Amino acid sequence: MDNKTPAVKMRNITKRFGPVVANDKVWLDIYRGEILALLGENGSGKTTLMNMLSGIYFPDEGEISIDGRPVVIRSPKDAFDLGIGMIHQHFKLVDVLTAAENIVLGLPGKLDLKKAAARIREICSAYGFEVNPEQKIYDMSVSQKQTVEIVKVLYRGADILILDEPTAVLTPQETDKLFAVLRNMRDDGKAIVIITHKMHEVEDLSDRVAILRHGQFIGDMPTAKTNAQEMTNMMVGHAVELNINRPEPKDPKPRIVVKNLTVRSIDGILKLDDVSFTANSGEILGIAGISGCGQKELLESIAGLQPVEGGSIEYIEDDGTPEQLLGKDPLSIQQMGVSLSFVPEDRLGMGLVGNMDLSDNMMLRSFRRGRSLFTDRKSPRKLAETVVHDLDVVTPGISTPVRRLSGGNVQKVLVGREIASAPTVLLTAYAVRGLDINSSYTIYDLINKQKESGVAVIYVGEDLDVLLELADRILVLCGGKVSGIVPGRGAKKRDVGLMMTQLGGKTNG
Amino acid sequence: MFDFISFIPRAIVQGIPLLLGSTGETLTEKSGNLNLGIPGIMYVGAISGVIGSFFYEAAGAPSPFLTVLIPLLCCLLGSLLMGLLYCFLTVTLRANQNVTGLALTTFGVGFGNFFGGSLIKLSGSELPSIILTTTSNCFRRSLVNAADTTASWFGRLFLSYGFLAYEAVIIALVAAYVLNRTRTGLHLRSVGESPTTADAAGINVSRYKYAATCIGAMIAGLGGLYYVMDYASGVWTNDAFGDRGWLAIALVIFTIWRPNVGVLASFLFGGLYILHMYIPSGMNLAVKELYKMLPYVVTIIVLVISSMRNKRENQPPASLGLAYFREER
Repeated sequence: MDNKTPAVKMRNITKRFGPVVANDKVWLDIYRGEILALLGENGSGKTTLMNMLSGIYFPDEGEISIDGRPVVIRSPKDAFDLGIGMIHQHFKLVDVLTAAENIVLGLPGKLDLKKAAARIREICSAYGFEVNPEQKIYDMSVSQKQTVEIVKVLYRGADILILDEPTAVLTPQETDKLFAVLRNMRDDGKAIVIITHKMHEVEDLSDRVAILRHGQFIGDMPTAKTNAQEMTNMMVGHAVELNINRPEPKDPKPRIVVKNLTVRSIDGILKLDDVSFTANSGEILGIAGISGCGQKELLESIAGLQPVEGGSIEYIEDDGTPEQLLGKDPLSIQQMGVSLSFVPEDRLGMGLVGNMDLSDNMMLRSFRRGRSLFTDRKSPRKLAETVVHDLDVVTPGISTPVRRLSGGNVQKVLVGREIASAPTVLLTAYAVRGLDINSSYTIYDLINKQKESGVAVIYVGEDLDVLLELADRILVLCGGKVSGIVPGRGAKKRDVGLMMTQLGGKTNG
Repeated sequence: MFDFISFIPRAIVQGIPLLLGSTGETLTEKSGNLNLGIPGIMYVGAISGVIGSFFYEAAGAPSPFLTVLIPLLCCLLGSLLMGLLYCFLTVTLRANQNVTGLALTTFGVGFGNFFGGSLIKLSGSELPSIILTTTSNCFRRSLVNAADTTASWFGRLFLSYGFLAYEAVIIALVAAYVLNRTRTGLHLRSVGESPTTADAAGINVSRYKYAATCIGAMIAGLGGLYYVMDYASGVWTNDAFGDRGWLAIALVIFTIWRPNVGVLASFLFGGLYILHMYIPSGMNLAVKELYKMLPYVVTIIVLVISSMRNKRENQPPASLGLAYFREER
């Protein structure tokens, strides 16, 4: 490897956003015929660094050279011309256009969609993709959209590909397919950079890893010569316990009993079909499924936010008396004395108000308390201070708008607030989405503590590896139906993955 | 019996300013700019043309060619400046588009009335209006006179308009072609739908927004010019333009952002606009006012239907009304 010249050489790259230094004198080499995994916590500057390579941002200082030639990348167009293509975490596709139209977007010349479609099919068959050039983007699944993104950069003749957290939204099967394609491309001599938080993917796929911490380059090495523990330590800067502990549930009693729940969306599409299960106190019930299989509707039905077509949701009191939750809104559920906490998927949309500061967001849960004409601002402020202190929230102060915090810290604020109300039921959706490994483990810890204190936790997750380690039981949803409920201990990832894509899974995978 | 042969040409003449206004606004909205300044821009377009023509007529208006060209260029220049002002505020400075647009409308109407009033004073006329007969005659020159009952029905229906009316239809058809069939159109649509995507694809978002908005403003400005020089026979009266600008914006929604649909839709709107003159309602003014509501009622019905059907292609451009800033995190 030592005598190869790097396809991309980045030297002393610095980028500042106002007072924040996102990248501080970063060095990075990318080689052809190699898959490089770029690792780092949230806010460590991985995406920023790659955005500078793809022309979205312009570095304040430093040099970039491609194949030994110094270059200046001022715009995405410059990057394309140099053969650099980036597949962003949030897809850059126009929903109302077709795949072909999206793929040719921004290219010069006369518009000839037929010719473009022919070339797209050519690329697809060369690497083993499946894309219908005439299909509209809004009709596509997440993994199809991602395929369009990859074809888009290949169509432009990119031979340096950057993928920003490509597997965050894919099922295990789709991930395997993607990895096969990436290996094909590597063997074809392309340089590939993949940003990910998932250690097993790094070990599985990459040839080399490079690690950033707080915007600084920590080091790079061949993947074969390192392991997950060492990489994590380098990322975080100190030793981290990588095992999620899973205490045995203490004295589990049924807490939420859902029977034959059926939910239809406003457009009349069946979202949940005859779903029945029981969530026990002191236990984590994991919910697995491809995104959009009814997870959101399930949680929102329990939280009293979703109109339901049929079925029942009962809350079982400690003394065993059931109470019907259906047909009640969150306020009346609260007034019934049921303490239910909901950490929704859409943190800044449903969970917190982005433009309000930490203490005001705490108040969203407590503003009704007391009989005074004026609201009590003191106790939310105290709570905000406690949350910031206990959960190590990185913030300039409790009067900072939540919108300005990074994803992990926003999540900590939300979880902190929900836990502070001492719930008996905790609903979480994608609690660690977009969080780095360190913040993720903090959240797992918090959830486990709730479980130990007897809370019934319903945890909707997307990372199967985590679900398998964290949950006591796993409910698998497939197209709005219960595909099966398996014990978390001893469940096989493959089986659960199969149950996600077909009802009941296969007997033998 | 309802007299279609005389009704339709009048509906079309009524519809042309709306067609130009809505074509301009559609182009603008396709770039993600919600330009509510269109009524003001049409007003400025009209008064700019009037100013040019007033001074040229005062100089005797020797050449019929220049009689047309001078107001035309003045109108394009005036509305271009309005478009540039809108872009500078919303694209470069990222001001709120609704506020900017409404401000431009208020400004445009005030600007028009101020210069309209000044010209009326200059001309020393007894009436509160400016009359530009020479210019108007050049603009109105047509093959057949619509009021001539001896002419054939074909000539009265199709050949009785001034050149700007034909130009308006051609502009609308060309705009539809460019939007749907060319690369420029594809890029423009992507800018309006998702500027981040367009930017990442190497499309210069600001340039497209500026170009579409300024060209759109100039087309809309022509609508104002057509109104004064052709429809109103060269008579400028303050505030006579009325609510046609808002009707043009309603027409954009009515046509679900399709300029080619706009051709017939604008004639329909024109017809609805003047229907009250053709339906015997006696002296009851209240009934007349009810008829005048028709274009708006139809727009609301279309809005309800198109949002009920919920087809993605029929929705407004996704980033309509939003400013774009690349490094926003």
